[in-house]
Amino acid sequence: MSYKAHFRVWRGNAAGGELRDYDVEVNEGEVVLDVIHRLQATTAPDLAVRWNCKAGKCGSCSAEVNGRPRLMCMTRMSVFTEAETVTVTPMRAFPVVRDLVTDVSFNYATARDVPAFVPPAGLAAGEYRMRQQDVERSQEFRKCIECFLCQNVCHVIRDHEENKPVFAGPRFLMRIAELDMHPLDAAAEQGLDRQRTAQETHGLGYCNITKCCTEVCPEHIKITDNALIPLKERVVDRRYDPLVWLGSKIRRRRD
Amino acid sequence: MTEAEHHTYDVVVVGAGGAGLRAAIEARSQGMRTAVICKSLFGKAHTVMAEGGIAASMGNVNAGDNWQVHFRDTMRGGKFLNHWRMAELHAREAPDRVWELETWGALFDRTKDGRISQRNFGGHEYPRLAHVGDRTGLELIRTLQQRVVALQQQDAEEYGDPEARLRVFQECTVTRVLKDGQRVGGVFGYARESGRFFVVSAPAVVLATGGIGKSYRVTSNSWEYTGDGHALALLAGAALVNMEFVQFHPTGMVWPPSVKGILVTESVRGDGGVLRNSENRRFMFDYVPDVFRKHYAQTEQEADGWYTDPDRHRRPPELLPRDEVARAINAEVKAGRGSPHGGVFLDVSTRMSAQEIVRRLPSMHHQFKELADVDITAEPMEVGPTCHYVMGGVDVDPDTAAAVGVPGLYAAGEVAGGMHGSNRLGGNSLSDLLVFGRRAGLHAARYAAALGPDRPAVPAQQVETAAAEALRPFSAEDSPGENPYGVHQELQQTMNDLVGIIRREEEMRQALERLSALRCRAGRAGVEGHRQFNPGWHLALDLRNMLLVSECVARAALERTESRGGHTRDDHPEMARSWRGVNLLCTLDDVAQEPEPGIRLTRRQNPPMRSDLLALFEREELGKYYTDEELAP
Repeated sequence: MSYKAHFRVWRGNAAGGELRDYDVEVNEGEVVLDVIHRLQATTAPDLAVRWNCKAGKCGSCSAEVNGRPRLMCMTRMSVFTEAETVTVTPMRAFPVVRDLVTDVSFNYATARDVPAFVPPAGLAAGEYRMRQQDVERSQEFRKCIECFLCQNVCHVIRDHEENKPVFAGPRFLMRIAELDMHPLDAAAEQGLDRQRTAQETHGLGYCNITKCCTEVCPEHIKITDNALIPLKERVVDRRYDPLVWLGSKIRRRRD
Repeated sequence: MTEAEHHTYDVVVVGAGGAGLRAAIEARSQGMRTAVICKSLFGKAHTVMAEGGIAASMGNVNAGDNWQVHFRDTMRGGKFLNHWRMAELHAREAPDRVWELETWGALFDRTKDGRISQRNFGGHEYPRLAHVGDRTGLELIRTLQQRVVALQQQDAEEYGDPEARLRVFQECTVTRVLKDGQRVGGVFGYARESGRFFVVSAPAVVLATGGIGKSYRVTSNSWEYTGDGHALALLAGAALVNMEFVQFHPTGMVWPPSVKGILVTESVRGDGGVLRNSENRRFMFDYVPDVFRKHYAQTEQEADGWYTDPDRHRRPPELLPRDEVARAINAEVKAGRGSPHGGVFLDVSTRMSAQEIVRRLPSMHHQFKELADVDITAEPMEVGPTCHYVMGGVDVDPDTAAAVGVPGLYAAGEVAGGMHGSNRLGGNSLSDLLVFGRRAGLHAARYAAALGPDRPAVPAQQVETAAAEALRPFSAEDSPGENPYGVHQELQQTMNDLVGIIRREEEMRQALERLSALRCRAGRAGVEGHRQFNPGWHLALDLRNMLLVSECVARAALERTESRGGHTRDDHPEMARSWRGVNLLCTLDDVAQEPEPGIRLTRRQNPPMRSDLLALFEREELGKYYTDEELAP
């Protein structure tokens, strides 16, 4: 059942590094993260890697396996042939800290730029009533485990560091869509226009719906179809449809 | 002089899971400058793995539910060893804590009339668990994380600095609680990324570090669960209570080996899943203990009727408390009626439509498909017990969450003891985190505020000592030193084999001998490389905590000569009424006498329950747990 696999793992830090070769035992049913752990316990005790739950629930062990952005804990060794070299490298869109660990602080800074949920005035805790079909859209986006693979793969920032200040990335545009579709979010009543900020502050226009983010999402969230495209449609309706524009003004006045 | 970054806060919270974040939100809302220190990235805490739900008697699905019923279920689940006051506060306050999450943006599954839906779970009389599919823990963490961000946005507006009053230090490990005389003065730790040391001076420290599962080989717990808070509290002079009670969740994955132990949510059974052995028998009917016989069905027909008509049927025995189900599975496997990989079968495929399974149990469907090639809509899962939760923890005052005997130290969530008695009910953990996380944050804030200018200082000598302790693995005497990974693996095997789900005196004595040898070896653990993100070094430091906590578990388990909840003695299989009133406390014998301080074990009477709460139970039921003298009028 066991065999020796050939691994190439990127070792290094911000100053530079290299792919290093390892021959390592693999047993039935194992995932890439098991093999990385075996390397730590045997030949490379200081090999740096992030991980937590090892069950695909926390989104910590993101990396690129043979060039594909993946969670290492959900990448089974059985998808490779025994003769195949498995190459593990850190996520490319973020600066390397050490080995497979990258500096993902961009994501935490961006999260802080998205205005939080605004509770509706006049409804006390315990009085919220929402229908299941109305919460389901936002619930899909809240399945996000923040592995940042969608951010890593998005071509707007993957090879364009200069876009980071003006583009929030799929994860956080989806967060805006989630709040925009929340049945009780009262942002508008506070004068906060989530759709406008998506376009004007968070760079929704940069997204040209190539669906790379959707493809790599380990939670199978339809980021492009269900979050980004609907958000774009709402923005476009509002920006170019004079009737929609008028309607929004009238409703605002009535409040 | 050690180089360490210095910070000063009013309250510092160690841990950023449900309890830690809720404590931090509360302390900050009380106006205190608050720091949160966590080992992982913000939002990755073990709480994300909680699946089933948050227990709170909102009565949305069955209006018969109320806090008294929840209190009763909790005490029964813990076999009346719980601290009654904690169980009372928990049952009373849980609904408010859940509703509050909605005002911060949480989106729970809904009932038909638009309220928060609630699901059935083991040991809960009514459908009580607020949930989001089977990823409730993720929703809880994300909501609290986003609440922290919301508060930071307020501070950015008010002070021009989002971290003015609430800052998260992520990927940092605390190795010591520092003290000024008897009082807490702050914490010492290192940043995982850089390896640099830091000191946070603060008069109030809230421990919210979770559990100890990484001392066991088969566990549902993540790497962070190395008993840090338990050990920090011990080393700071606090006591640990009820450490012999370790919950083995009945249903962990058993195959393939690399995923052995990963949790299979209790919702599978709450939503209709059944347990069968290799003879295709629903064996749980054979394992209903006397104390629960009145409440559980005796035939399959009656059990199946309960899902649609709970008022006229008794509950299926698959929904007994976790300790009962785990023992039953263990016994079936031992009797040779197990599944091919040493578990039993958990089946939903014959109980619900495929579509329904995917909707109600999406993570389970995904997890089995991806990790085990098993389609749970078409075939049964193989499951077996896995180390899941420690009921024991820091001995705290029930109302304030303050650690007894150490002014300024607080503990909430899994690291605190008492609330769950000898066995925790599913769903009572997430509610525990919120109820006591808030209380710990509140009282830590009040304590810090009341000090005024009379603040403790951080003695430089303690910082020096802590730094030397943290650096020791780099200067192992006999180079290259012990491999920390090897020591860890042996520790896990020892606890798994000798202080596991079923315990015997000789085995536990053997475990204590091995632990002592492992402690010597851990003292010689050496690491290669440098301090920047060095996992070997991190593990070498975590070993101290795991070994201390493991010794507490083994010593307390050896002392308690009865079986109750998460403590089963093969050589003392009966529950003894005389033991119900006894709490075992672990303290460090002589904190100064390192590196090998001994664990001292003392007995304490569990305080008697208030009479109005005692009156919630029938005398006949109480008679099964309480001694005649205790019940004498």
